[in-house]
This record gives sequence, structure tokens and C-alpha cells, in this order.
Amino acid sequence: MQNRSLELGVGAFVIAAMVGLLVLALNVSGLRYQAEDDVYYLYARFENLSGLSERAKVSMSGVTIGRVVDIRLDTQDYVAVVKMAIEKGVPLSLDTSASVLTSGLLGEKYIGLSVGADEETLLNGDTIEDTQSAIVLEELIGQFLFSRSSE
Amino acid sequence: MISFVASVGASLLQVCQVIGRSGVFFVRILGWGSGFKAPVLRVIKQVHQIGVLSLPIIVVAGVFVGMVLALQGYYILSSYGSQEAIGQMVALSLLREFGPVVSALLFVGRAGSALTAEIGLMKTTEQLSAMEIMGVDPLKRIFSPRLWAGVISLPLLAILFSLLGVYGGAFVAVDVLGVYEGSYWANMQNSVLFYDDVIKGIIKALVFALVCTWIALFHGWNAKPTSEGVARATTATVVQGSLAVLGLDFILTAVMLGGF
Repeated sequence: MQNRSLELGVGAFVIAAMVGLLVLALNVSGLRYQAEDDVYYLYARFENLSGLSERAKVSMSGVTIGRVVDIRLDTQDYVAVVKMAIEKGVPLSLDTSASVLTSGLLGEKYIGLSVGADEETLLNGDTIEDTQSAIVLEELIGQFLFSRSSE
Repeated sequence: MISFVASVGASLLQVCQVIGRSGVFFVRILGWGSGFKAPVLRVIKQVHQIGVLSLPIIVVAGVFVGMVLALQGYYILSSYGSQEAIGQMVALSLLREFGPVVSALLFVGRAGSALTAEIGLMKTTEQLSAMEIMGVDPLKRIFSPRLWAGVISLPLLAILFSLLGVYGGAFVAVDVLGVYEGSYWANMQNSVLFYDDVIKGIIKALVFALVCTWIALFHGWNAKPTSEGVARATTATVVQGSLAVLGLDFILTAVMLGGF
């Protein structure tokens, strides 16, 4: 009988820890099971990403509809190419525009999409043409100082 | 002069010998023993001793470490006006450092010392020699179930430690300090990576478990069969185990941050 309660205790311990790992995975690290079929991939070319990283959010009207999955440098034009995984349920029109935004003043970078008017939609592997790079604070200050001194 | 050099050399040789002996000991206790059911039952019994009975201290420590992290982090972050990043700070420091390291230190103090004392006493009362005479290999019968139980238990304890710490931190940050609950969890989920933070933390805990249990078992086995010898061995386990955890933590962190 003593043996049985001991085994029960060990079993409960192991199960509790496994459930804990699951909670850590889902609730703390935000891991979501996302099947390959549920997303389609779009590309966008930016002149400057300024700190955008992989796994950054892709959002439209403030709602997250995808994530950045890959970032690399196009060595022909020297622009950054961002690969985004977008949920299948969200069709985006052909003239959707993308910009690199910052949440809050010091928050993380994300990609904001704004809606277009075209009736045709972007398909898997398409590239968003209309993009706006991140605003770099130093450049902004530089411009400001420059315009003040020329006055 | 010559006698001084000789004594330095002798102690060096002795250190070398102990390291070698512990290495041989480690390889010998890796074995599983014959059969399947009996060894598994022995491991389960030890997981109860080492893991389940360590739960209370791990639970309490985890909750309080998480709460303190939230409190400390809040005062630092609020001077930059970014209290919302507190969830991310608490979760990352727990998963990467505090979870594995603090639970390993508690593990050395709670379970490691008990292992050394138990085995040291077995040796003192000549139970180990009696086993050998009966034709039972004590290394397989006594030591290897304890080693495996330690290796199983500590990662599980570290997981629970981090988890409870995150919820303890959430309690202080959200309910006491008034950080918006949504931003606590959302910031955390955006910055914590499953492989890079959670899994690497568990790998750390696995390494600590192996080394700490090995140290504890070896000191018990190597203890002088007197009451003073057992006392010394227990102290050595706690001191060397703690130092090993802290030193290995630095090496593992350096290797893992280096893009492993």
C-alpha cells in the first residue's frame, strides 16, 4: 500500500511538471501550433528595417495577422527582404502597403499593413510593392537640425 | 624546501587521483543493472525521495523569487517608464537563469546532502560491503538508481520553479503594483522563445542534475567510514556542488549565447 502511494506521488509529480512545461510553452513563450497549410507567405522589400527581428508581429489595424519568419539582405539592390507568414483567412489586396512601425516610443518593431483598394488579392510568394521603411530617430533629428540651421 | 615541494606534489597527485577515481566511479554507475522492472521501481522510489520531497522548498522558493523579481524589476523599469516590459524581464530571468540555477542550488542542499549522508552511513555501517559479499553490486543497486532519479527530478523541478515564479511575478506585478495584465503576458509571449529560452534552460538543469548527483554520490562512496568522515563528505558535497553549478552555469551560458 505504501508502495502504491509512493508511485502515485511520483506519477503526479512527473505529470505536474509535464503540464508545467506545456503551460510554459503555450502561455509564457507563446508557442502556437501553426500548420503549414494555415498560412501563406508574402515578401516585402524595405530600405531600412531598423531593428525589426524575426518573429515580429505583422498587423493590420492593430490586429496581429501574421509573423515575420525570415529576414535577409538582397545583395543585388542592397535592400532588406522580409518574408512574412500571413494567416490564410486574411486575403490582402494587391496594392496593400507595408511599413515598419514601432509600438510606443521605445517598444518593439513590427510591420503594419494598410488596406488597399484592388479587388485582386496577393497570392503565396507575392511581393508587396508599396513599402515604407522604419523611421530612424537619428535621421529625423539630423533633418530637423539641418532645416533649422538653413533658416 | 624539498619537503615543501614534495608535499605540494603529493597533494597534486592526490587531487589527480580523486578526479580519476570519480571519473571511473561515474562510468561504473551509468549502468542500468539487469532486468527492466526492478531497476525502474528502484528509480521511482528514488524520484520520490529526491524529487517529490523537494517539491515544497522548490514551490515556495519559486513563488518568492518570481515575486521579488517583479518587485525589483518594477522599480528599475518604472524609472524608464516601461513597466510593461516587466513580464518579459521576469520570464526571461527565470527561464534562463534563476529556474535552473536556484533549483540546482536548492537541490544540492536538500537532496545532495541527504544522498551523501545516506550513502556515507551505509558505508560506515558496512552495508555496502555486505552487499558485495552477497554478490550484489552496490554500484548498480544503490548508486545508479539515485543518479537516474536525480537526472529525472531536477529538470522537472526547474520547470515547476520557473512556472511558479512567472505566476508569482504576475501576482505582484498585476495585482499589487497595478501593471496592466494584458501587457504583462503579451510582452512576455512576444519575447520568450520556446527553444532558445525554455529548452536551453532545461538543458542547463539536466547538466546540473548530472553533475550534482554525481558529486553527491561520489562523496558518499568516498567518505571515510567514521562519523566525522560522513560529516566532511556532506559538507564537501554542498560546497563543491554549489560551486560546480555556478561555474558550469557561466560556461553553459557562454556556449549557449554564442549561438549553440
